Amino acid sequence: MLIASLSLPEQGVLTLAALILLSSFLLLAQVRLDSLINTFALQGALIFLATVFMAFISGKYHLLISAALTLFLKVFFIPGQLRLLVVRLNIRREVEVIGNPMLVMLFAAGLVLFSYYVALPIRELSLLSTRNTITISLAVVLIGMLMVISRRKAVAQVIGFMSMENGLFFAAVVSTHGMPMVVELGIAFDVLVAVILFGVFFFHIRTEIGSLDTDRLNHLTEVDR
Amino acid sequence: MSGLLWAIIKTLCVILLAPLMAGWVKWLKCRLQNRRGAPPWQPYRDLLRLSRKNVVIAESASWIFRMAPYIVFSVTCLAVSTVPVVTVQLPVAALADVIALVGFLALGRFFLALAGMDVGTAFGGMGSSREVTISSLAEPALLMAFFTLAMNVSSTNLSTVIGELGRRDLTLYPSLIFAAMGLVLVAIAETGRIPIDNPSTHLELTMIHEAMILEYSGRHLLLMEWASMLKLTLFSLLIVNLIVPWGVALTLAPADLAFAALIVTGKLMLWGMMLAVSETIQAKMRLFRAPQYLGLAFILSMLGMMSHIVLEVR
Amino acid sequence: MTLAIAEAAVILALLSAVVPAVLFAHPRLLSRLAFVLLGAAGLAACVAGGQALLSQTSQQVVLPLGLPWLHVSLVLDPLAGLFLFIVGLITCMAACYGPAYVLEYLHQEMGPGILAVFSGLFVSGMFLVLLAADAFSFMLAWELMSVASYFLVVFQHAKLENQRAAFIYLLMAVVGGTFLFLAFGILAGFSDGFSFQTMKGTTLSPTWASLAFVCAFIGFGLKAGIVPLHVWLPLAHPVAPSHISAMMSGVMLKVAVYGFIRFVYDLLGGITWQWGVALLLVGSASAILGVLYALMQHDLKRLLAYHSVENIGIIYIGLGLSMIFQATHHAEIAALALIAALYHCLNHALFKSLLFLGAGAVLQQTRQHDMERMGGLIKKMPVTAVCFLVGCISISALPPFNGFVSEWLTFQAALQGPLLKSGILGAMIPVAAAILALTGALAAACFVKVFGIVFLGLPRCEDIARAKDPSLGMQLSQIVLAVACLAFGIFPTWTVRALNGVTEGLLGNGLTSAIDNGWLWLTPVSPQTASYGAPAVFFGLLASWLIVYALLHPLRRDNRIRIAPPWDCGFGPLNARMQYTASSFAMPIRRVFSFLWLIVEKVEPGGPGTPPRYILRVNDRIWLALYVPIGKLMLKLAERTSYIQGGNLRVYLSYSFFTLLFLLWVIV
Repeated sequence: MLIASLSLPEQGVLTLAALILLSSFLLLAQVRLDSLINTFALQGALIFLATVFMAFISGKYHLLISAALTLFLKVFFIPGQLRLLVVRLNIRREVEVIGNPMLVMLFAAGLVLFSYYVALPIRELSLLSTRNTITISLAVVLIGMLMVISRRKAVAQVIGFMSMENGLFFAAVVSTHGMPMVVELGIAFDVLVAVILFGVFFFHIRTEIGSLDTDRLNHLTEVDR
Repeated sequence: MSGLLWAIIKTLCVILLAPLMAGWVKWLKCRLQNRRGAPPWQPYRDLLRLSRKNVVIAESASWIFRMAPYIVFSVTCLAVSTVPVVTVQLPVAALADVIALVGFLALGRFFLALAGMDVGTAFGGMGSSREVTISSLAEPALLMAFFTLAMNVSSTNLSTVIGELGRRDLTLYPSLIFAAMGLVLVAIAETGRIPIDNPSTHLELTMIHEAMILEYSGRHLLLMEWASMLKLTLFSLLIVNLIVPWGVALTLAPADLAFAALIVTGKLMLWGMMLAVSETIQAKMRLFRAPQYLGLAFILSMLGMMSHIVLEVR
Repeated sequence: MTLAIAEAAVILALLSAVVPAVLFAHPRLLSRLAFVLLGAAGLAACVAGGQALLSQTSQQVVLPLGLPWLHVSLVLDPLAGLFLFIVGLITCMAACYGPAYVLEYLHQEMGPGILAVFSGLFVSGMFLVLLAADAFSFMLAWELMSVASYFLVVFQHAKLENQRAAFIYLLMAVVGGTFLFLAFGILAGFSDGFSFQTMKGTTLSPTWASLAFVCAFIGFGLKAGIVPLHVWLPLAHPVAPSHISAMMSGVMLKVAVYGFIRFVYDLLGGITWQWGVALLLVGSASAILGVLYALMQHDLKRLLAYHSVENIGIIYIGLGLSMIFQATHHAEIAALALIAALYHCLNHALFKSLLFLGAGAVLQQTRQHDMERMGGLIKKMPVTAVCFLVGCISISALPPFNGFVSEWLTFQAALQGPLLKSGILGAMIPVAAAILALTGALAAACFVKVFGIVFLGLPRCEDIARAKDPSLGMQLSQIVLAVACLAFGIFPTWTVRALNGVTEGLLGNGLTSAIDNGWLWLTPVSPQTASYGAPAVFFGLLASWLIVYALLHPLRRDNRIRIAPPWDCGFGPLNARMQYTASSFAMPIRRVFSFLWLIVEKVEPGGPGTPPRYILRVNDRIWLALYVPIGKLMLKLAERTSYIQGGNLRVYLSYSFFTLLFLLWVIV
């Protein structure tokens, strides 16, 4: 479907989708924890905007509740909590060592192509004007996963996990006009609990191992080396 | 034939007004930093002064050193002549498309870098080495941004691209947004502005462009300085006319042309303002952060192309 | 008539190989005469190829030679004509360059004789490969070319590393030849005979076709030097005498490309897009890795050899694009991509030979291989420097020279990617274009390094002081090639018109739209899509340069040029050791792409009286990851099989006995 044939709000959603993908790439590129958290908040804000747009395009106003939840949780609460954690653990300027950043980025670009390839048959099933975003949301999920793999620090891994959730949520909102309210609330609650649990875990990991580097957990293996 | 005449007049205008653009950015920057600043026409005075000065050439220099300023300047002039400024109807635009434009700039840079190495001082080699490193990363990002535009309108001719974009109704193209972002980042790197290079630095270890032309003087330096101002104007024109294509005249009617000239001047002044602000609030990067910056530009352009294929085509 | 000239070329080349047998007592005369004959052969090939290309006809002849049931048949069509033209031209230039260059080998016992024999065989082998019209004579000529070039590589055999390079070269040539046998075997198995005519008529099942394609891809790819089969190339090309390096790098690789095009487009047919994707991937990898490895080299000729890998990659990108578009029925774009690839073949032959000849001149004058010991040669060797500069600009794909035109055409083909129905292909092709862009930019960086370190700055060793421009013949050949580089860059429309004949023969249609708008404009798809006015660009550049020069250069009395020592920051005189070196010049790029190489960098602390030394070694990862394990495996296997070699005579005889029994059983 040619983009010029869509209405302006729909074009807006597609643009936001592209920007969300960009924010995923930015997450992958950040080396400092505080800017990482800010980028994560930015991704949340973009998803919030996209949800509001979708609510008006589809006329399903219950999406506004999801949008409000997103705004509260992903733009303010979770990033706020993470910031607090970072301050308390005093790891704000911690520079993360990841493999070669350029290679990881190129791999992520490859992931976008791959998800396009995977999403091609799915797209045929949908009649919505915004179905092209399935590729984007899948790519966001995969890149989130890549981030979990390629980072060492637990905080960054949690942000990767959250960004995967962002991708899923975005897919639900944009390509199928939202999940049932119950499911959505449940997920939101889950994420909330997860953040709190992670926060508790961070302190434990740190007190036990003396670092948030999850590679240190390798030493917990049963096998004697 | 009148088209050719117009093209020559346009090129001359851009060449003559280029120092004003550089002076404008410099003046704004000074004002933003609470300094009084030299007036925007100061570069003209500098150029005039340089033209009167004697030329001093190092003993070890060869003919490359003497030829390079002329080549760099004339190549940049030729590049300018292919960029639509106020109208898309000029025949010279067909001379070269964006790929050739990038090629021209690369040719100029090739000789600039050679000139840096000609004298055999450490500074020149350092400047050349840094310049080719940065440009070899910037050039693909630039081409990629242009490719995104080119695929969107299926043409690499600048006048076709600008005309086609100007004719369209307002449509949000994700790919164009990315291409624009990539283009801006690369343009800043290619014109040697903060955060990649500092045009006003004279500290040896931070120089790139200035290190290469350290040995130049007199009219040779004039040409080098003018060429770099011209390059700034060239990229500014590309940015304002590609990202905000409205206002470029689609015909050759005098009223249209005058109006377009006004609009383009306004756009350029605005872009100069943005450049000045960004240079004021940013610091120069370490040299080895530059690849990351350019990598970001490359990824942006590549995302633009992907979003064109994923989101826009079908 | 044309074919007769081509046959004359072959005979002349063979004659030049026979000369030493007659004149072995007079090395100087011998080498003169051999080169004259070789030059005549090149000229004849050039004429024949050019005629075949321009007249766009095809001629065939069956010679009363060869096996009784399989006579050697030759054919000269536009495709063979193009490559014959390229080979002939470069041979001619090498022959013009050679006599003065080989003077240093005159004192060697049998030196000039050996060189003449194998040069002649090598060139005639290449001619015959291009002319062959049946698999049998093709393979025969191919092996002649390989073996003759082996002897040329090993010519300076006193050095141990040369022996090793030649051995690896021979090994790879044998492996490549085996794959070609398999490829032709598959084709011959399904058709009635060995002649290309019958092979063209047969259609294979997709599986067998793909198998034949893979065999040809590996076989020809080994000779062409694509990544990861390139390892022999940077070893073998630099160690041959320079005019031979120019022919090997500039021309022999093209013969491999010719073989590949002939096999896939002409004989095999039924191109699928998967093949195109394979070519695109391998081509992109070769292009980018070739240039990055080249950037790290300090040996001038080895650096140029790595650039051959890069350029073959660019050619393969063009071929891959054309296969993809051909398979998806976009014949116009397929023709565009094929023309881009063929044009790049021609261009690469020109500028790479030019650069090798220039490097040879530098080598002869300074006796230095290492760039780190050169510098300031532009003043000692002005003509060589100008020609080398032209080569540098051309290979860096900068307008208005020839390298730019072919890369521009490749870009234009790649930008038509969105025409494809399959989105995934449409997304992959622009990525290849981006890699091509990166390659071009890095090549420019590399040649700034080469020219800047070798010709500019201050001399880094004493030998430079004695250097001077080489003899007239050596200069002439470089000048001719430099002018050709410029000419093919300024008049692309005529070249494209000539190449149209080749694509018409292979794909069934040419690229008429490209030259519809007069000789001034090159418009691959349509004038609205893209246009490049090469002559106008050149003259515009010249005009604006003249204007600027005239405006700024009035002979004013108060504006004289003063010559002074360069700025030394007030610390006393500068010396050559303060300059940037080749390794320091490439250091930022080495750091950016550090993950690609295995870099060993260390500083040996100096003792009293000895200065500290900085040691840098950049290793090829592919060699370590792919070839070393294969080598180890082969050794291990050999060790295993050596068990059967017990040394006992009776055991050996029993092997023969049991083999005999087995064979008898098989026959029954």
